[in-house]
Amino acid sequence: MAKSPQEEHPQKAFGWAARDPSGILSPFHFSRRENSPDDVTVRVLFCGVCHTDLHSIKNDWGFTKYPIIPGHEFTGIVTKLGKNVKKFKLGDKVGVGVMVGSCRSCESCKQGLENYCPKMMFAYNSIYHDGTKNYGGYSNMVVVDQHFVLRFPDNLPLAAGAPLLCAGITVYSPMKYYGMTQAGKHLGVSGLGGLGHVAVKIGKAFGLKVTVISASPNKKDDAIKRLGSDAFLLSTDPAKMKAALGTMDYIIDTVAAVHPLGPLLGLLKVNGKLITLGLPEKPLDLPIFPLVLGRKLVGGSNIGSMKETQEMLEFCAKHNITADIEMIRMDYINTAMERLAKSDVRYRFVIDVAGSLSE
Amino acid sequence: MAKSAEQEHPTKAFGWAATDSSGVLSPFKFSRRETGEKDVRFKVLYCGICHSDLHMAKNDWGTSTYPIVPGHEIVGIVTEVGSKVEKLKVGDRVGVGCMVGACHSCDSCDNDLENYCPKMILTYGAPYYDGTTTYGGYSDVMVAEERYVVRIPDNLPLDAGAPLLCAGITVYSPLQHFGLTKPGMHVGVVGLGGLGHVAVKFAKGFGVKVTVISTSPSKKKEAIEHLGADYFLVSRDPDQMQAAMGTMDGIIDTVSAVHPLVPLIGLLKSQGKLVMVGAPNRPLELPVFPLIMGRKVVAGSCIGGMKETQEMIDFAGKHNITADVEVIPVDYVNTAMERLEKADVRYRFVIDIGNTLKSA
Repeated sequence: MAKSPQEEHPQKAFGWAARDPSGILSPFHFSRRENSPDDVTVRVLFCGVCHTDLHSIKNDWGFTKYPIIPGHEFTGIVTKLGKNVKKFKLGDKVGVGVMVGSCRSCESCKQGLENYCPKMMFAYNSIYHDGTKNYGGYSNMVVVDQHFVLRFPDNLPLAAGAPLLCAGITVYSPMKYYGMTQAGKHLGVSGLGGLGHVAVKIGKAFGLKVTVISASPNKKDDAIKRLGSDAFLLSTDPAKMKAALGTMDYIIDTVAAVHPLGPLLGLLKVNGKLITLGLPEKPLDLPIFPLVLGRKLVGGSNIGSMKETQEMLEFCAKHNITADIEMIRMDYINTAMERLAKSDVRYRFVIDVAGSLSE
Repeated sequence: MAKSAEQEHPTKAFGWAATDSSGVLSPFKFSRRETGEKDVRFKVLYCGICHSDLHMAKNDWGTSTYPIVPGHEIVGIVTEVGSKVEKLKVGDRVGVGCMVGACHSCDSCDNDLENYCPKMILTYGAPYYDGTTTYGGYSDVMVAEERYVVRIPDNLPLDAGAPLLCAGITVYSPLQHFGLTKPGMHVGVVGLGGLGHVAVKFAKGFGVKVTVISTSPSKKKEAIEHLGADYFLVSRDPDQMQAAMGTMDGIIDTVSAVHPLVPLIGLLKSQGKLVMVGAPNRPLELPVFPLIMGRKVVAGSCIGGMKETQEMIDFAGKHNITADVEVIPVDYVNTAMERLEKADVRYRFVIDIGNTLKSA
């Protein structure tokens, strides 16, 4: 008979979980596995609230297995080491992102692309090698294989740096893979939320000209004055959209809702690339003529490999790039989720886990 | 007052044109410009019938102005060259494809990608630099700037080589650009028509493994035994499709009817690329999850630049690649168009202009 979450593993743990598609989170006692020789225990200090957390707790994509503890942008301190762990020592500042395991033997894993392993294990709502469910970072401690733990550079703050572990790598990886790093080229960032605002900062660090494309006119000031975007394009203004046709080398599309791709494709130059990162509930309509007539492409990307995520953290540390965050207490999380559903956050909530999670 | 088609230019020409959206073609007298200093003039011997000719003749895309002399897979023998023509001479075997002009000053033109120039001039049905309308290859003579004329290798027959000028470059360009030419790779070809059958031949010429993906099981024998495909996948068979999931580095999709992309994206390996060369006239559903989870790409491609077209035809010469053609007399053209509409051709009609197009 299946053991309860509290009895499953030998180490007691505590967090906040959602138990049904209402998505309401509440205190939850569970347990973590004993450290295997390769495992690191992380005492969680901060955890970012990703829109995926919201989709998952509400079962928007239909594959949530309750109870679910979300959280895949968490930072903290190493408090226990398996006997084979050489990469870290006690007290190290570390982070864990979306992945906590992969098969380690397929083509993707052998190429160091754990994020494309068909058996990749997510930090939460996923089954681990031992057959038990993974619980995420809205909790006091997590046990993770050292391969999936990242060293946090000294000058990168643990709270404002936490969202880089998902939002950061999710935009950094395609920017590198699809060649968006040539200084002087023009990048459009569609959607100014958790992903979008980090994409602007990283785009500027690559020396790109950046235009934020958004349906919210009230984000213009922020985009230009605070985030450093060169321009702001209101997607609901037909004249402005027309004037911008064929001006962008690439577009990072971070919008999670269903939206038309035609207007974005029109903004691209010949050979332009539209990279879609948001996960809408339904397929999008793709007009083919613009792709054919301009040799344009639509591509996807899924977080990044472990090596690349570490590289991204170093890059952000070097360029002083962090997320713009609103720190919250654990017991504010349900309100935060409501606000997130309305995009009412500039631009990532981060839970002060160590400071506010108490049994 | 606008001059008539016959009087517009100084030299007589004769061809077959569609005069309204019925698409029915009939004899048509018109005229061609004198051979300018950069021009190559050639006697047309053969012209391939591309499905685009049918679309344009019937105004399917809403862009046609009549009369239209279609034909953009044109081959023949040079009869005159302008004073600034450097690479071609009288007697050369040459061809012209889908383009006869561009701006020559934009980024695309500078990169030998005239096909993506916003001012690219189509071989037929488009306004030329001098304001007159271009007429295509269902005609006895063709005049085009040297830049838009390719030499046909001596060992390639002109009739079976003609379709390479559109079908050939349309599939060759994306195979190269999207890196689907490394031996050992696995490339899928969706649709086995004018474009698809040539795609199989080019892909095999590159040494890649080829799977034809088709709705018609009856095309299997031909695909494997005659065209050299390694496998044949019936897209309506869920078991076959399931077994082939995640096995292809790239897919060239030649189908222009509306069709589902989901199963094709599923056939791609991680990092795989689906390249559309047929253009359905309605948006297709794009499933975003598989694109993201596998870092896959859906792209488009449209013919190729002139430098690349010459490269393609030289490659075809080296590997003895030609189209499978049914050569027809010009007065069969309307029947051919009806059959083309039903995909009843293996795999390209080619009009024997040299022997059967006679002015009244």
